[in-house]
Amino acid sequence: MKSLEELAKIKASRREALKIREGIPSATEKAHVMMCGGAGCISSNCKDVVEAMQASLAKNGIADQVQVILTGCMGPCDMGPVAIVYPDATFYRRLKPKDADAIVEEHIMKGNLVPRLLYRAPGAKEPTPKVTDMDLFAKQKKIVLRNNFYIDPTNIEDYIANDGYVALGKALTAMTPAEVVEEVKKAGIRGRGGAGFSTGMKWSFCAASKGTPKYVVCNGDEGDPGAFMDRSVLEGDPHSIIEGMAICGRAIGAEQGYVYVRAEYPLAIDRLSYAIDKAREYGLLGKNIFDTGFNFEIEIRIGAGAFVCGEETALLTSIEGKRGEPKPRPPFPANEGVWAKPTVLNNVETWANIAEIILKGADWYSSIGTAGSKGTKVFALAGRINNTGIVEVPMGTTLREIVYEIGGGIPRKKAFKAVQTGGPSGGCIPAEQLDTPIDFESLTALGAMMGSGGMIVMDEDTCMVDIAKFFMDFIVDESCGKCSPCRIGTKRMLEILERITTGKGKEGDIELLLELGNTIKSTALCGLGQTAPNPILSTIKYFRDEYESHIKENKCAAKVCEFVE
Amino acid sequence: MINLTIDNRKVAVEEGSTILEAAKSVGINIPTLCYLKDINVIGACRICLVDVKGARTFIPSCVAPVSEGMVVNTHTPNLIKARKLVLELILSDHPMECLTCKRNGNCELQKLAEEFGLSEIRFEGAKTEYPIDDSSPALIRDPRKCILCRRCISVCTNIQSVQALTVENRGFNSLVAPAFNEKLANMECVQCGQCSLVCPTGAIVEQDDTDKVWAALADPKKHVVVQTAPATRVQIGETIGAEPGTIATGQMVAGLRSLGFDKVFDTDFSADLTILEEGNELLQRVTTGGVLPMITSCSPGWIKFIEHFYPDLLPHLSTCKSPQQMFGALAKTYYAQKEGIDPKDIYSVSIMPCTAKKYECQRPEMFSSGYQDVDVVLTTRELGRMFKQSGMSMTNLPEEEYDAPLGISTGAGELFGASGGVMEAALRTVYEVVTGKELEDINFTACRGITGVKEATVNVGDLPVSVAITNGLGNARKVLDKIRAGEAGYHFIEVMCCPGGCIGGGGSPIPTNLDVRLKRIDAVYTEDERMVLRKSHQNPAVQDLYAEFLEKPLGHKSHELLHTHYTERDHYPKEEC
Ligand SMILES: Cc1cc2nc3c(=O)[nH]c(=O)nc-3n(C[C@H](O)[C@H](O)[C@H](O)COP(=O)(O)O)c2cc1C
Ligand code: SF4
Ligand code: SF4
Ligand code: SF4
Ligand code: FES
Repeated sequence: MKSLEELAKIKASRREALKIREGIPSATEKAHVMMCGGAGCISSNCKDVVEAMQASLAKNGIADQVQVILTGCMGPCDMGPVAIVYPDATFYRRLKPKDADAIVEEHIMKGNLVPRLLYRAPGAKEPTPKVTDMDLFAKQKKIVLRNNFYIDPTNIEDYIANDGYVALGKALTAMTPAEVVEEVKKAGIRGRGGAGFSTGMKWSFCAASKGTPKYVVCNGDEGDPGAFMDRSVLEGDPHSIIEGMAICGRAIGAEQGYVYVRAEYPLAIDRLSYAIDKAREYGLLGKNIFDTGFNFEIEIRIGAGAFVCGEETALLTSIEGKRGEPKPRPPFPANEGVWAKPTVLNNVETWANIAEIILKGADWYSSIGTAGSKGTKVFALAGRINNTGIVEVPMGTTLREIVYEIGGGIPRKKAFKAVQTGGPSGGCIPAEQLDTPIDFESLTALGAMMGSGGMIVMDEDTCMVDIAKFFMDFIVDESCGKCSPCRIGTKRMLEILERITTGKGKEGDIELLLELGNTIKSTALCGLGQTAPNPILSTIKYFRDEYESHIKENKCAAKVCEFVE
Repeated sequence: MINLTIDNRKVAVEEGSTILEAAKSVGINIPTLCYLKDINVIGACRICLVDVKGARTFIPSCVAPVSEGMVVNTHTPNLIKARKLVLELILSDHPMECLTCKRNGNCELQKLAEEFGLSEIRFEGAKTEYPIDDSSPALIRDPRKCILCRRCISVCTNIQSVQALTVENRGFNSLVAPAFNEKLANMECVQCGQCSLVCPTGAIVEQDDTDKVWAALADPKKHVVVQTAPATRVQIGETIGAEPGTIATGQMVAGLRSLGFDKVFDTDFSADLTILEEGNELLQRVTTGGVLPMITSCSPGWIKFIEHFYPDLLPHLSTCKSPQQMFGALAKTYYAQKEGIDPKDIYSVSIMPCTAKKYECQRPEMFSSGYQDVDVVLTTRELGRMFKQSGMSMTNLPEEEYDAPLGISTGAGELFGASGGVMEAALRTVYEVVTGKELEDINFTACRGITGVKEATVNVGDLPVSVAITNGLGNARKVLDKIRAGEAGYHFIEVMCCPGGCIGGGGSPIPTNLDVRLKRIDAVYTEDERMVLRKSHQNPAVQDLYAEFLEKPLGHKSHELLHTHYTERDHYPKEEC
């Protein structure tokens, strides 16, 4: 890629070819069927539906007039497999291979909707055919997942058609590295990997750091149980990561990037490495990008599979081929990261925001969100809720909006009890706090965490002690064992919970849990241990009575725990 | 300089100092456990935490650098509570076998528990259960007592460059062990025991062979002889609480005699003998175009190291046995004949600052007398234990002399205890043998000190002899790599396995740290100066030995008894995870 003009040409011609996805009927093509290829839909066999669809198209002789494209995750996973049929942007759900004929022969060939496959809002009589009209998406704002309805993740020109790589071109040709850093700083974006550190600040520290060479790293380890936000981006829009990292390379003076992806994400690895090859082919990676003398390369490193490898110092050590284990900071990666060289490490979702910030400007970005937390956040909604899946909402959206408006409320008329955010580092938030606008500060104040964006909804049938035990069990398995408070302390907390949930709890156990929890938080070496007690501490804070009834009365109100005599 | 406040005191320290060092500079001692200066700085145990104003969590003072204006508190009530709980957790996963532990009374964990005033362990639950590994003749690993501080890994990896130990498994199941929990004896572990020196608890200790010695002493049919390594006399005092650097030669001899040894001999004697054999071997190699540089072979950990890691360089090793093994071979031949004792009745004990010697004496090459030349090796620590068990107060004993003939030695032999000592002793002899002139100054100070790699050139007549001296196997590696690369123009290299030489050996009293090592080294040179004879070739007992038995250095008998050969060994492919 030699110039922005060249890029603009590709964009214009591809956009013309993709008009149909903007709702403009085409003379040569009847439809584009965007079939969701996210984790949820894959597991509900969307690929069989794609095959059936192609067979049906062939049978009807219109295979050359209809494209069937597997996209990244569209979000509403529990309805999967889902698809959007353009140009009319009709949303179909719970597709089976046998539905292919109906969509092809009725919808595509005759222009009739297939009502039984349409979405109906909870309680509504009439279906909502158009994806843009769905209540589910009304409160969402897609920045990170901007392309997931629209592009073929294996087609770089699809990405370019939707303004892809313009931001990189702008950063290289129209901005100084310092201006890029400044723009990101001004945008107010904070890291989406959990801790919420200012991304612009991080870049500026690294830019100022003396060592060379410098590195740019993407954290795609995503080890929280049930989380798949980053996976959705890696699979659905890999070029957004590449572009974000290249922009950072320019800003801090790095020529090498690494993407660390967990081994459990083979499709993400495939898509990303294909995208890297394509970007190189188009001259968007490699030497002298946009004829500016800027060189940038990206390599994929496959994760060792441990949750703690997502912790930054452990991840960087793992990239070097050593046992992935946290190290004390300082030194911070911005000064001594991979190979002890200055390194910027950001989360997948953070990277996916960068191009949009550069393209549309810090002012636009910072107009979204709350005072302290800008932009949007992607959450993985799970648990006792009608619409599970991936959602992206502006910071400041309330939990109630997410649970009831986007998530469609609690199934089977059960009562909402709590929502757990932040995975094993997070905490449980009770019904009283449902109107809290979500941002980094408010969640921390509630004893929970933004974390990477896991959100598990619980109803009245959930035992909070059991939930705490579930997370502690995970932590005990995942503690690396380097520091004593986490290695032994979390094990002891789990043992106490096991006691309580089997009717062997003792007077004083709650106090011991509190003492352990507070001490581990302030003494553990890395974020894993420092946040590990949160699930316990928050459930004690809001549901202490449940602990007490387990201990004193051998009673589990939710009838989850079985007490052995 | 960085200015900060610690416990309301203004402190100024150099940039890059840790909070721990800054506190120490004003006399504030923060408790530590995993930390070991210059060796293990990983911030793992969380005992050394301090309160830094503005920080979200407590900060590990052993790793955290100071910064300008920092405000540190080292003993707020919350901090004391947190540290105590961390220690309580560590102890909740400990077998609590203090009363029967080798480190009872000399355990850092015990000491912390006492200092923190811990009164109760409130946690009952799982404890680490891994089997004891006693496969090695030198060391026993008991993972149940391991607090996972990783000092042993650091010393083995960074100082010794052996990498015999790693962390296996994760979380509560973490285990410090050879890779794949292989047995120590099957690894490249060189048995140096440096890990046992740094271990804060009883998780790695020497194999205790005192029972064998007690049994031999009690056996009327056995003629029990003992040899004491050069370093032991400057170490043994520490086992009964004397200051490091205390010389207790005469008391040790008296103590050994009253334990019941029939003869108290000295490895310094065979050290002198080594100089004659090795010095002549060097001259022979130089004059006949043999393999150079020649490297010393007294240190069994070092021998095992080169056998595993640099088998291609084995021809550089002197074929001389170590002084311990020369002694062993002579005790059951020359001495037995001279005294008319059946060698099968001789029980040969040696007292060594070294765990690897326990391994060495069992090597198949070390049966030259027709019997196992040295029957059992005790470390300095074990001898201290025997003295304690016997109820004897060594300090109150009148000094006594070693027995003749194998107890007669020179200051040169004593030098073997410190890094550079073999080289200095060799130079004293080689110079005079080659030039026929007396040395004006017998102190080769360039050989002395604890620097990892020392180099010197000494004119021996017309020949400028170029030498190198290393201590600690990581440093040996540097010189070996130079040899491999063809860049080592030395004639003679002294390699000692352990940092500082034998006075820092893996069988030394604990603690053995830099300070203690330096003091012991000083004591070695003091002991040398106190000797009347200070050159090995002047040793009258060695002269007699040649006259009566060996005939001449490198002669037929010498080859049979005093020289050996080496074995190429495997090197486990190291897998990175
Ligand atoms: C135990 C643990 C696991 C983590 N796992 C992840 C992860 O899977 N992905 C991620 O991006 N960040 C993870 N983090 C956070 C990273 O350490 C780091 O803060 C983050 O990647 C920085 O990127 P950001 O500033 O863009 O958030 C984890 C942290 C801890 C303590
Ligand atoms: S807090 Fe846990 S995961 Fe982190 S270093 Fe300590 S033991 Fe390892
Ligand atoms: S004895 Fe020496 S080589 Fe063996 S494990 Fe210990 S330090 Fe390593
Ligand atoms: S064996 Fe000793 S030195 Fe090694 S980790 Fe365990 S306690 Fe520490
Ligand atoms: S002594 Fe500092 S963390 Fe162990």
